Amino acid sequence: MTTLLNVENLVKNFGGLTAVSDVNMHLNDDELVALIGPNGAGKTTLFNLLTGVIVPSTGSITFRGTDGVIPLNGMKTYKIANLGMGRTFQNIRLFKELSVLDNVLIAMTAHYKENFIQSIFRSPKFYKTEAQIREEAIELLKIFDLQDDLDKQAKNLPYGIQRRLEIVRSLATKPKILFLDEPAAGMNPEETADLTRLIRQVQRDFHITVLLIEHDMSLVMNLASRIYVLDHGSLLAEGTPTEIQQNDAVIKAYLGEEE
Amino acid sequence: MTLKANLKYNICWLILMVAGFYLMNTLILAGVIDSFLENMVVTIGINIMLAVGLNLIIGFAGQFSLGHAGFMAVGAYATAIIISKTPTAGALYLSIIVGVIIAIIAALIVGIPTLRLRGDYLAIATMGAAEIIRIIINNMKITNGPSGMFNIPQFATWPVVYIMVCVTTIIIVNFIHSRGGRAALAVREDEIAAESMGINIFKWKLAAFVLGAATAAVAGSMQASYLQTIAPNNFNIMESIAILIIVVLGGVGSITGSFVAAIILGVVDTALQNFGALRMVIYAVVLILIMIFKPSGIMGSTELSFKRLFNRKNKKVGAKS
Repeated sequence: MTTLLNVENLVKNFGGLTAVSDVNMHLNDDELVALIGPNGAGKTTLFNLLTGVIVPSTGSITFRGTDGVIPLNGMKTYKIANLGMGRTFQNIRLFKELSVLDNVLIAMTAHYKENFIQSIFRSPKFYKTEAQIREEAIELLKIFDLQDDLDKQAKNLPYGIQRRLEIVRSLATKPKILFLDEPAAGMNPEETADLTRLIRQVQRDFHITVLLIEHDMSLVMNLASRIYVLDHGSLLAEGTPTEIQQNDAVIKAYLGEEE
Repeated sequence: MTLKANLKYNICWLILMVAGFYLMNTLILAGVIDSFLENMVVTIGINIMLAVGLNLIIGFAGQFSLGHAGFMAVGAYATAIIISKTPTAGALYLSIIVGVIIAIIAALIVGIPTLRLRGDYLAIATMGAAEIIRIIINNMKITNGPSGMFNIPQFATWPVVYIMVCVTTIIIVNFIHSRGGRAALAVREDEIAAESMGINIFKWKLAAFVLGAATAAVAGSMQASYLQTIAPNNFNIMESIAILIIVVLGGVGSITGSFVAAIILGVVDTALQNFGALRMVIYAVVLILIMIFKPSGIMGSTELSFKRLFNRKNKKVGAKS
């Protein structure tokens, strides 16, 4: 197993507030890792640092791409995404007014070239490429049982389906690492069970690394092979689900100290 | 979607364009459309070009620009200067190309620093940029300063304007329904999500902005050569706002809406010419009424689509059998 993403001494200060302090972590090929922690622990900030939405104050993030190890510090978000980092958002950020199909097609933008002249004058090649990526998108939507909703506006889908579409959309970017930010938030136990199955299937079938933020412990303990615990911006513990469940520091952070 | 189905829709659009041309031609030959009405039709055509281009920037890429008249001025003056010196029809087409190229360069110079701004700030910055263009023209010798240029040869007759409306609309609509257009839509919907999907948001914002500016330059060229007189004051902030009104009235994000609104406003404007000072009041009331009863514009964000028309017809036939 090789390291895909490596984070060393990562720090992020917002003015006087240290949101993420001195975090070291790594993600290996083809594994499912969870990131847990109480509210305000800095989980989403860490996600935003890893995907380039915000720039770290100090520390380094490196990604092992096809041509060697690449430092990600200060790299533009879209470039990081194109290296193979897909993500979903805590508060769903679909392209609401657009159709389900368009949401997926947009995510594929970086993966095919289209000549401006060809698209303006509608050359046969343009129609061929369009038909090709359309088919590819529909294939992907079929896996997630969304093939009947192609023309529906994303905002009109039920909440659970929107979360699912967000996962499809991020998969359409052909990621090597998928960051899922609280995918089960607001779901009932049935939907959560469904989602658990889905995430496992995605990770297995697409052979990608998944880093998951989640508050639902049943989902985390079921899925993750490793868990990072974040509290007040710094790493509290790292280990397998069983190790984490027995870790005193973690129990203290979640439940408070025993008298 | 097969190539054949696309061919069918494309032929429908072609028939519509040719039919429009012949209808116009017949009406002029029959004397139904006199020179007064022809002037109205050409003005509508020019406004369509301007509104469609601005709609691409505001409605599809979601960038609030108030500087459209500036790019229009660039095209207008390029044409005025070139065809005044060499009065041939060929020079008109050359001048359109020159105008478009200068407008593209201007749009890049304006867009690269300002498109990093958002919302109101972008509107103010683009408005300022358009004013700079106007003031430069106002102070140059070659443009004849504030008094403007007159006796520009009239090569842009209504068929030329008609064809230009078709060409610019086809280019913009085809752009919207391509990879770049989808990327621009994603930028409008959610910049952070678009970036996280690997879309270079700045590049596609700039592409939409530049393409919109280029079509505005074509419209400017048409105006200069059709009306035969231009002055820097024709391209002030009020002109930008007039174009914005067409876009908002028709529906932000609907090209069909821009067509409909440009036609309605053109007709209303002409019909009200006899009302003198009351004209602007009635014009304003019409606007207010539409905004109250249909705040998303006349067309909202729907488009005329042959694909949908055919599908509806097929469904009906299917239901009967």
